[in-house]
Amino acid sequence: MMERALEPSVLAKPRDRDWSLGIAFALMVAFFVIGPFVLYPVFLMKALCFALFACAFNLLIGYVGLISFGHALFFGWASYLTAYSAKTWGLSPELAIAIGTATAAVLGVVAGGLAIRRQGIYFAMITLALSQMMYFFALQAKFTGGEDGIQGVPRGRLFGVFSLANEQTMYVFILVVVLAGFLLIYRIINSPFGEVLKAIRENEQRTISLGYDTERYKLVAFVLSATLAGLAGSLNSLVFQLASLTDIHWTMSGDVVLMTLLGGLGTVFGPVVGAFLVIAMQNYLAQFGQWVLVIQGAIFVVCVLLFRRGIVGEIAQLLRVQL
Amino acid sequence: MFEIFGIPSQALFGQLLLGLINGSFYALLSLGLAVIFGMLNIINFTHGAQYMMGAFAAYLLLQHLGLNYWAALVVAPIVIGVTGVLIERLFLQHLRKLDPLYGLLLTFGLALVIEGLFRNVYGSSGLPYQVPEALQGGRNLGFMFLPNYRAWVIVLSLAVCFATWFAIERTRLGSYLRAATENPVLVRAFGINVPRMVTLTYGFGVGLAALAGVMAAPIYNVSPQMGSDLIIVVFAVVVIGGMGSIMGAIVTGFALGIVEGLTKVFYPEASNTVIFVIMAIVLLIRPAGLFGRGV
Repeated sequence: MMERALEPSVLAKPRDRDWSLGIAFALMVAFFVIGPFVLYPVFLMKALCFALFACAFNLLIGYVGLISFGHALFFGWASYLTAYSAKTWGLSPELAIAIGTATAAVLGVVAGGLAIRRQGIYFAMITLALSQMMYFFALQAKFTGGEDGIQGVPRGRLFGVFSLANEQTMYVFILVVVLAGFLLIYRIINSPFGEVLKAIRENEQRTISLGYDTERYKLVAFVLSATLAGLAGSLNSLVFQLASLTDIHWTMSGDVVLMTLLGGLGTVFGPVVGAFLVIAMQNYLAQFGQWVLVIQGAIFVVCVLLFRRGIVGEIAQLLRVQL
Repeated sequence: MFEIFGIPSQALFGQLLLGLINGSFYALLSLGLAVIFGMLNIINFTHGAQYMMGAFAAYLLLQHLGLNYWAALVVAPIVIGVTGVLIERLFLQHLRKLDPLYGLLLTFGLALVIEGLFRNVYGSSGLPYQVPEALQGGRNLGFMFLPNYRAWVIVLSLAVCFATWFAIERTRLGSYLRAATENPVLVRAFGINVPRMVTLTYGFGVGLAALAGVMAAPIYNVSPQMGSDLIIVVFAVVVIGGMGSIMGAIVTGFALGIVEGLTKVFYPEASNTVIFVIMAIVLLIRPAGLFGRGV
């Protein structure tokens, strides 16, 4: 019997569900509310965007067992479309974000429709290849600005009222949207729909024989994941007022895999912790240049060999609670 | 000089040749991936980095030991193959009972480590590697100019691909290998040391990647990131061909190289993406891949 992509023992503790998750959620919110008084707000906003990105990715790998190596595709293209519509068409931020997110959803339907035709390891290769294809499109298309990207994107006024140029307003906006996305993902994985996804992860053949159209469930999960990854990319482009090739390069897909693996595949809070740690590492180790790549690679190796549950998964196992 | 479809023959055959060269590398790399996948059930994400290491090995052997191209052609695959054996012993053997995606994650991490280390030492710019003296120059075939080295790359990679196919499909050792792919437990019961076979298979696949790297060194510059973009294209090739068949990997590799070369002539904007587009079409029409057995 093969060991599953994640340890079900971490998940199957319904009696402890409420209080442990509640406390963890309160801690997380408290951290991000107090955070800007202690840490650099732009750094925190970046961490929040990537937390949402990683949670969206985790929806797929943690709960359906599908590993996408091309999630930068949705993050990057949403980021481009948001930046372009805010800068060139002068749309308000909420509309620009909606356009970016919708683009990611459409790309999710196309890429997901192709990728779910193959399983397991092929799925990873297909998503990676599709994302590389769209990377080349971004490189060649006129509107993306090629190597320069789209710079100087205006943050605009939210609903025509709140100026997002103000750092504090922007922070509150990002925090609210990311928490909403986080809660939505939590809601999805605990819905009847989410239960079917977990059933597919555990045993797809049996789920089919129970009468579920698993292909459709996988596609919907893929599109949801792509859409939320797109939302994260849209927010990120407004925070940095920039959309560039970095957002869509395969290294970005690798980063989000690392965040989720480090935090804990299939845990609720793991991707948030992982995103925060990886972003912090990239920030504070940036002066060491290419060593960041070496360290990230080494973390992959250590995680896979020594603690496959990830940080949050290990804590949950230690305390015998669900996190 | 004459024209075909309004394209000067020189340009057309020149790109076709370049396509065949790229195809040689796709074939060698996807062959290695297929062999490794067959035995270890792992997609070797480190393959691109190992190809890069092969090219660097050739460069370093020349710089520091004065070993020329011909020596590097033999020494580099062995040295890099041995590092592959170490990787299998140190890391991959512990993953045998796990979900294959962990193998993907681990080899991806190793690729990052290797690429990062090489970038630290050699920077991101390419290092030149001379075409060996015996293969410099070229000949005029009337319809095109054929550089000797490029002809050599195509011939050598065809020979290596065929030899690998022969070794796996037509020899006794190959039959053990195929049997162990189907049912390792049973083959072990016959007294064959399957874990050692797995280790050597990985080393062999890695050696193939390194060989491709040595062959690529005089054509492309030697640089730390030469493998990472290539490996993604090779993944698409593998998806198109399906990994069930050795011959399938070879044929698909060469064919897609040619298609890519032709695209460069007729619609250059799409030359970077044509293989991915073909992958998407194949997934729509034949989800299991052209030579695939199931998913």
